[in-house]
Amino acid sequence: MFDYTFQWKQAMAKLPQMLDGAVVTMEVAVLSMVIGILLAVVLTLLRLSGSRPLAAIATTWVEIARNTPALFQIYMAHFGVASFGIHFSPFVSLLIGITFNNAGYLAENFRGALKAIPETQTRAGRSLGMSQLQAFRYIILPQMLRIAFLPMTNQMVWAILMTSLGVTVGMNTDLYGVTQDLNALTFRTFELFAIAAVIFYVITKIITLGARLLAARLFRY
Amino acid sequence: MIEIQNVRKSFGQMEVLKGIDLTVAKGEVLTVIGGSGSGKSTLLTCINGLEPIDSGKILVDGTEVHAKSTNLNKLRQKIGIVFQQWNAFPHLTVLENVTLAPRKVLGMSKGEAEAIAEKQLRHVGLGDKLKTFPTRLSGGQQQRMAIARALAMSPDYMLFDEVTSALDPQLVGEVLETLKMLAEEGMTMICVTHEMAFARDVSNRVAYFHKGVMAEIGAPDQIFGAPQEEVTRQFLASVR
Repeated sequence: MFDYTFQWKQAMAKLPQMLDGAVVTMEVAVLSMVIGILLAVVLTLLRLSGSRPLAAIATTWVEIARNTPALFQIYMAHFGVASFGIHFSPFVSLLIGITFNNAGYLAENFRGALKAIPETQTRAGRSLGMSQLQAFRYIILPQMLRIAFLPMTNQMVWAILMTSLGVTVGMNTDLYGVTQDLNALTFRTFELFAIAAVIFYVITKIITLGARLLAARLFRY
Repeated sequence: MIEIQNVRKSFGQMEVLKGIDLTVAKGEVLTVIGGSGSGKSTLLTCINGLEPIDSGKILVDGTEVHAKSTNLNKLRQKIGIVFQQWNAFPHLTVLENVTLAPRKVLGMSKGEAEAIAEKQLRHVGLGDKLKTFPTRLSGGQQQRMAIARALAMSPDYMLFDEVTSALDPQLVGEVLETLKMLAEEGMTMICVTHEMAFARDVSNRVAYFHKGVMAEIGAPDQIFGAPQEEVTRQFLASVR
């Protein structure tokens, strides 16, 4: 059982390639968060719109995103849509899948945050002559983002980790994809994936700490 | 001029305004007194269109508030309202609370809006709190900030909805002083209040509301000295 000889040196030689992969992982995660937050705001507005069909679209999105495997969402964004003749690169499919997931979870977080803001805040804004949208933009949204900040950080960590699912749609430029390819070439399975895990860990730790510093700067009250 | 003509309003089965007729002239200070559930607060929120009405008409300077064609956002620029719960915007400093609407609604530059906001905040005695966040202020200070916030829009009318009811007793005085100051400056005001001494002091007229009806209206001396209606007498006896 224990006749396996660790060959860290050989694995460590691949570190530069893996770090390049980590950069791609970060790109996917950051893009998926930025677009995901914007979409989640839109979904939140649709749910508040008072229009049943619009609210139903938003609710369906949230329900699928939260109650099906992320793997399914990414798979559908690649092989699912391919059935209709739509072909995305693995990068784009992975981005779409994670963004879809982010938007759904974040929209639900935003809804919870909105419940914590008294309705009288909107009323106060409206009575100063603001439109409904202005009251949302300048009074509700900033407070909502503050309350939802911690869940947003969690989702960002999730987005990083979800990039590992990209291998199922042929993604081989991100950290997990690169590691998998290197493994196929060298068979240093334990070493390579252990290094990848450490890189994932360091990235997510930096994000959590960075978020804490950002929160201290952003939220002055 | 604010003209209220036979206004009726119900919340479900409950009719809270049963045909109110009332005119408030420019420069007048009207206080509205009455028990809870008498409809007095509802009337205020109907005047600036926050609440719809079932029938009748409310005209502000000739504009029908509840007409479909009325631009409420525009109309509300000249009707300031301050609520029992002051509704400070917690994510903004005192100064930013006051500059927000002038900047976003009136399209003022930051500098212009800040000049006006500083003037109004000094006016209500908060000149030294500009950079403070509302959570650091007392209730009375937050309420005065809310008054400055409404005044920064240069409204022609101010509506005050029981603005001292949620305050600790020792903070009521400072807010009433602010209202009194505005009244003396000639602001047209409708104040819904439970502060009888204040009503007697500052009003041109006092209206007594009872179960959705304006039971009596008149000069403060008349209402407090020689009320004509039995319900008014009973109410005043109960609050004394």
